[in-house]
Amino acid sequence: MTFADFIITNAPALLIVVPLFAAFLCPVIGKISTTVRNCWVMGMMLITAAIAFILAYRVFATGPVLYVFGAAATNLAVPLDSGGIPIRIIFMVDAMSAFMGIICAIVGVSVLLYSLSSESRNSSLEGYYTLFFLMIAGVFGMVSTGDIFNFFVFLEILSLASAGMIAYRVDGGLAVEAALKYLVLSTLGAILVLFAIGIYYGEYNALNIAMIAQRMQYTMLDKIALVLIVAALAMKCGAVPLHFWTPDAYSRAPSSVTAFLVVASQASLYGLFRVVFTMYNVTMNCVTVGWIIIILGVLSMVVGVTMAIPQKDIKRLMAYHAVSQTGYMLLGVGVGLAVLGNVALTSAFGFMAMEGGIFHIFNHAMYKGLLFLTAGAIVYRIGTRDLNKMGGLGHTMKYTMIFFIIGALAIAGIPPLNGFASKLMIYESVYLFNPILAIIAMVVSILTLASFVKVFHSVFMGPQLPEYAEVKEAPLPMLIGMGILAAICILFGLFPQPVVDMLVAPAVHALADQGGYIASVLGGA
Amino acid sequence: MSRIVRTAADLLYPVILIFGLYIVAHGHLTPGGGFQGGAVIATGGALVIVAYSYKEISGWLKKNVLLGREVIGLVGFIGVGLLALAFGQVFFFNYLAGSGSLFGMPVPYGINAGELNTAGVIPLMNFAVGIEVWGGLTIVILYMLSGLEKEGC
Repeated sequence: MTFADFIITNAPALLIVVPLFAAFLCPVIGKISTTVRNCWVMGMMLITAAIAFILAYRVFATGPVLYVFGAAATNLAVPLDSGGIPIRIIFMVDAMSAFMGIICAIVGVSVLLYSLSSESRNSSLEGYYTLFFLMIAGVFGMVSTGDIFNFFVFLEILSLASAGMIAYRVDGGLAVEAALKYLVLSTLGAILVLFAIGIYYGEYNALNIAMIAQRMQYTMLDKIALVLIVAALAMKCGAVPLHFWTPDAYSRAPSSVTAFLVVASQASLYGLFRVVFTMYNVTMNCVTVGWIIIILGVLSMVVGVTMAIPQKDIKRLMAYHAVSQTGYMLLGVGVGLAVLGNVALTSAFGFMAMEGGIFHIFNHAMYKGLLFLTAGAIVYRIGTRDLNKMGGLGHTMKYTMIFFIIGALAIAGIPPLNGFASKLMIYESVYLFNPILAIIAMVVSILTLASFVKVFHSVFMGPQLPEYAEVKEAPLPMLIGMGILAAICILFGLFPQPVVDMLVAPAVHALADQGGYIASVLGGA
Repeated sequence: MSRIVRTAADLLYPVILIFGLYIVAHGHLTPGGGFQGGAVIATGGALVIVAYSYKEISGWLKKNVLLGREVIGLVGFIGVGLLALAFGQVFFFNYLAGSGSLFGMPVPYGINAGELNTAGVIPLMNFAVGIEVWGGLTIVILYMLSGLEKEGC
């Protein structure tokens, strides 16, 4: 077996082993010197990203990849002597998981590159990078796992690491307060998830997602479990009315971390979709659950954007926009769910709505990550987050301004940027489902644009302020980190169709195809 | 604290340590395991910190040593799993079970006294987790109780 074969065969395991290894050795390597540590974290991040891409390529080229931990063979999900129960922890990487993995890899590399200089002025960076890699491992684990209890474990890893990262800059205790809020809510959410898992385990004697999906009866207990999981994961992804942790956590965390927290929230969103589509699918009342998700989405869109408009703290404002954009994903996928049982409607606009929603996850991670990174660059240089104290920065921070414009236009859905591509798909398909929802979505987009015009004007426009005359452009690693995300925003905006065909459509079909998921794990048995 | 408490803590500390290690070592046979055993050991650390003061203790409960223990435990855990890959097996494959070597005895059938030399890599992972929790939880306790002053008793 050659080295390449070895990597390809074990890619799902290496996807979490490499970040965990990087995280655990970071405190030791940090003792040698700063340069060695920076090389270590960057190298490990690039290896992780490479593995994610290799795995994604394999999944998109040849179909779902199964990895059974500790088994005699990587694809032996059901041991011969277990009586047909998949007893081991499995990683089931289908197109949807690989899609989320790509998001995590791209944002991870940009954010790490950015952190190398944005965090360089702070102390105890070993802890920072350790927690960062734990977050990476948590996201990869959540999106790859095929075991609902394992999902809970990675959710906890991610929550605890995120809470540590939010509190990383103590910030006079304010960051710690935000982290405590996040930690308490995450723990509450995790307990709800655990309770639901207990219900599944008691009812179906299985923790394997495919096994539960196969045996799903949709009894009263399953309804309770569904409510618990949807509530907990909607809270974790920051949907209104459970969004109240996001503004605090997003604005108090270091900007690089905030950019990655967006991905972390989307991993919860992935979990929500995975449970609803793969475990329940058409056994449940899709119209009701679909409408609940649509209502959560519309509430998030409207409340998020209206709360964003009066904000004076640049990162708090962006955090509310993140809530608002999550609404689009929920709306798109919710519409797809509401018509799931109906073949005619699904092929008419259901799949397109889901493609729009899933594509928006990708685009949101890119432009929102970019916006948070630009906000971080501004804060890094001038030391305040207050929009009223900023002004005239366009004279000195030209590249940051360009990146901000790209991000702002993308989030507002202006062509030819990636936000437009996914929002157009959502508008068109949702209009066929219910015109009012599409109109709300467009109005929210206009409000988003208005809000970002305000930010742009107050940060970059106007005469150069005397107190910021000495402000320099952001350091090169930060610019490269932002540049990667900006380039993807433009590229995916200019050529959305190949991306939709190659990445998004397989992901959506994998998500909607419950039978295919069960067959790939249990071998059609 | 008073001389009585200190003497009792001195006497109890090795006992707690041994009990914790016992739970770690018998993790694959009895209730408990790496985490529980490590937590028991960490309570020993808490006991001596409370009995003495943070200042006196920081001389021999060094944070660097504890951090090193944490790293060794975590890397050891992953390393045990990675060794399976080196043998051409699946990650976390139990390559020692039934091999006849270390922890490689087959489990005896029926009621038995509990054979320690079984279960393959599971005891090794328990040791790794035990060492990790020993270091990690003691550091947590050290930080939480770092405000304890001598006169505050």
